[in-house]
Amino acid sequence: MTPAAPQPQRWAKPGVVAVVLVVLASAPLFLAPFATSTVSRILVFGLLAVSLDLLVGISGLPSLGHAAYFGVGAYAAGWVSINVTSAIPVPLLVGAVAGALGAALTGWITVRAHGVFFLMLTLAIGELLHQLAHTWEPVTGGANGMAGIPPARVGDQPLVVSGYVHWYVLAAFAVGVAVVLVVSRSPFGLALRGIRDNEPRMRALGYPTRVYKYAVFVFAGSIAGMAGALLAAQQRLVTPADVGFATAALALLAVVIGGVGTLWGPVIGAALVILIRDAIGPGLDGHGTLVLGLVFIAVVYVLPRGFGGLVSRRHR
Amino acid sequence: MGAWLDANLVGVVNGFAIGFLLFIVAVGLSLVFGMMDVLNLAHGAIFLLGAYVGAALAGGNPSWGGFLGALGLSALLGLAGGGALSAMTEPLRKRSHLDQALLTLGVTLVVAETLVMVYGDDPLAVGAPPGLDGSVPVLGAFYPTYRLVLIGIGAVLAVLVYLVVERTTLGALVRATVADRDMVAALGVDNRLIRVGVFAFGSMLAAVAGVLGGPIYGARPGLDSTVLILALVVVVIGGLGSVRGALLGALVIGQVDSLGRTLFPDVASFVLFGALALVLVVRPRGLFGGKLGVRS
Repeated sequence: MTPAAPQPQRWAKPGVVAVVLVVLASAPLFLAPFATSTVSRILVFGLLAVSLDLLVGISGLPSLGHAAYFGVGAYAAGWVSINVTSAIPVPLLVGAVAGALGAALTGWITVRAHGVFFLMLTLAIGELLHQLAHTWEPVTGGANGMAGIPPARVGDQPLVVSGYVHWYVLAAFAVGVAVVLVVSRSPFGLALRGIRDNEPRMRALGYPTRVYKYAVFVFAGSIAGMAGALLAAQQRLVTPADVGFATAALALLAVVIGGVGTLWGPVIGAALVILIRDAIGPGLDGHGTLVLGLVFIAVVYVLPRGFGGLVSRRHR
Repeated sequence: MGAWLDANLVGVVNGFAIGFLLFIVAVGLSLVFGMMDVLNLAHGAIFLLGAYVGAALAGGNPSWGGFLGALGLSALLGLAGGGALSAMTEPLRKRSHLDQALLTLGVTLVVAETLVMVYGDDPLAVGAPPGLDGSVPVLGAFYPTYRLVLIGIGAVLAVLVYLVVERTTLGALVRATVADRDMVAALGVDNRLIRVGVFAFGSMLAAVAGVLGGPIYGARPGLDSTVLILALVVVVIGGLGSVRGALLGALVIGQVDSLGRTLFPDVASFVLFGALALVLVVRPRGLFGGKLGVRS
């Protein structure tokens, strides 16, 4: 792709972004606390989906175990909040570092694999970390989860009201997405797209493709860990289910619904997934999973390129 | 060595029981992928279906009639499920593995959630059929009879599958389809039939394994992903599309899982991951996986 592709309405994009941010920021002013926290959850899950899209869409690394790093970040941030301090931005940074560390420890083996082996390996690693969350009771609290995470604090002021928590989540979300966007548009991001499209050629051009893939895997892990830290601050409870296969699969669903490789689409996908799970699900006796399963099947047949594919086929 | 074996004999025999069970599950997954290039993540859900059929028919009051009936019914359901999955993945043949993974994930969610709606959230225990529910002395230690029988059944099934794939005309067609689908089609063979057949056969084995594994694992939500992960690890270690690899991988993982749990209970997951990592570093395509086609 040529970086200088014509973009007639250059001013439109920042305008849209500003409007969306203002709407999101004013959510607590006109929404009830529960609805506000649903929007916060969408943002948390959206950041996870964006970091996954960096792997799936930009780098061609379809990970089925990305929730593992989300969970590692959430547990690490929760642990720090309980045992050390919950003052912003400490848990956030700890979550990002823990996510990166988790991805660094496991990623060296996944990036050696190609195609379907990559899918299987990430799935296996994700599930192993999920089991670890179950069995490492002294730290994770086992099946009951890590409870009693104190609210995040600004200085000495704890953020208890859902509106303040929402603003914290929104700010961190914006920073995280901005970092991902910057990376994806950098020369590094262009090289990743090259590796996605034709890895042998990129290697022939002298790019150390495996190092690039490892780097983006670790980076995406750190963003996922950051999202995990937000989960810990927003939900104040981390359970093994947040690490598990189901979360990873839902994140992937969000990416595919939204449009692989668009980076903004997955946020919309995340909104849909969370709304189905948290808003429609309880009305069906908690069987929102059933609806999500049907959505999975429908999306594969009907919307293979997601909503992003409907809007634009250019910026991939 | 003698003393170590005495102390860990139960663990080792357990490992064989789990290993043969895993082989029955994994061989279907491996052949389906090797033949059709389809990553079937619904394989664990088929196993779970079999497990619940076993729990429903033979759970509360174990009897031979219920057990054999569960085996027969789960085999039929497995065949039907495999046929349906084959038909569903057919339109996605030219698309990425990710799309297949998503589709089969969706099927998994629907099947697992439906089972929860019918049978509830609580784990169901399944007893072994009468006569097999006791223990027998094995080299001085007492060991559940059923697991020994399971090892026997697994070994017989392994030999049967191996003979069919390796020694019969049908098996030759299957292997040829794995190696070069288009060439087999050009020779005048309707390979759609082979595709549906292998998919249905593999799913049948998974469903039957669900019933057979009942007295060990029971039936509970989440069992599908546990079994799927173990089967995937087996397939990755053994090499995709290889029957021999699936057997070896299953036996290795059975031992790693069983001994890992008794010897290093805290880090069992890491032992499993370690075995996987080791094999992939030494043989990136699995022990029996090759670039050119697939051997049995």
